[in-house]
Amino acid sequence: MTVGTVVDAKPPNERERRMRARNRALLLLLLALVALFYVVTLVRVSGG
Amino acid sequence: MSEIPATAVASYPGAAVGDYIQILKPRVMSLVVFTGFVGLVVAPGHLHPVLAAVAVLCIAVGAGSSGAINMWYDRDIDAVMRRTAMRPLPAGRMMPGEALGFGVVLAVGAVAVMGLAVNWVAAQLLALTIAFYVFVYTIWLKRRTPQNIVIGGAAGALPPLIGWAAVTGDVGWGAVALFAIVFFWTPPHFWALSLYRAGEYAAAGVPMLPVVAGARETKRQMLLYTLMLWPATLMPWLLGLAGPWYAVCAGGLSLMFTGAAIRVWRDAGEKSARQMFAFSLLYLFLIFTLLLVDRIGGGLA
Repeated sequence: MTVGTVVDAKPPNERERRMRARNRALLLLLLALVALFYVVTLVRVSGG
Repeated sequence: MSEIPATAVASYPGAAVGDYIQILKPRVMSLVVFTGFVGLVVAPGHLHPVLAAVAVLCIAVGAGSSGAINMWYDRDIDAVMRRTAMRPLPAGRMMPGEALGFGVVLAVGAVAVMGLAVNWVAAQLLALTIAFYVFVYTIWLKRRTPQNIVIGGAAGALPPLIGWAAVTGDVGWGAVALFAIVFFWTPPHFWALSLYRAGEYAAAGVPMLPVVAGARETKRQMLLYTLMLWPATLMPWLLGLAGPWYAVCAGGLSLMFTGAAIRVWRDAGEKSARQMFAFSLLYLFLIFTLLLVDRIGGGLA
């Protein structure tokens, strides 16, 4: 298998913009996971 | 990674959030989620709505993870095929390692959450589904045999079983019936697509049935599988999982699906194959919607 060549050369601000967007998405994901575990624990403890 | 020039890596902006979503194959995921959800609803028993939502979420994430790993492994052949050339990996918008890492983390997370929040039978079935899709279909069968989507199709047929097991903690005959519907539906669905994409599959070296055995044999087998689909679609009614209205409507839909296969068999062109591919998606959606409506409506008879 060949490895795909990365040809997408973007200016530094684009790099930072994408990094920020990824970080925000990751933060939202982690917060959602915390909320999920919290709700699931409540349901399991209440015998659901 | 040595094949990627250092200058390209230095200027690599990183994959966009949208690329991460794209490698989860959202369109495939939607069908998997829907069949899994129906399995969950028609299963005998009760599951707390929150846990049911978690189960569906885990099925979705598990399906997405296997899609991401599939895109990682198939990036070389994806680059050759027009339909897949603009995916994030062949288009160079994402590093292979990012896709693999993302897929593996999601797979482990989905199985763990399913086990901890719902039950471990459903979690094991989810793990089996992901492993089957990645190792059996993607890595082993896809590039080796024209029966790739027949055997590999089992992975796509497992989600209703996962949904069922999330409620009951085991796998009953009703779940097997749902599995059989998706299993026998998969070959005519994929072969309809591969009939008008045969050139691309041949260029990529993927031995799809039209490439290896020709269009005539493919059309014959498509018709056979649509006939085998009949008993599978009627099984929920025979098992008492659905009422007579389901049987009537499912019979009508199966008649139309068989009619589409006959048109493909008779047609020398591509048009009927394109129509059958589109109808196959609608067919599966409607069959599972009928099961859902029948269950919610309490048998409708």
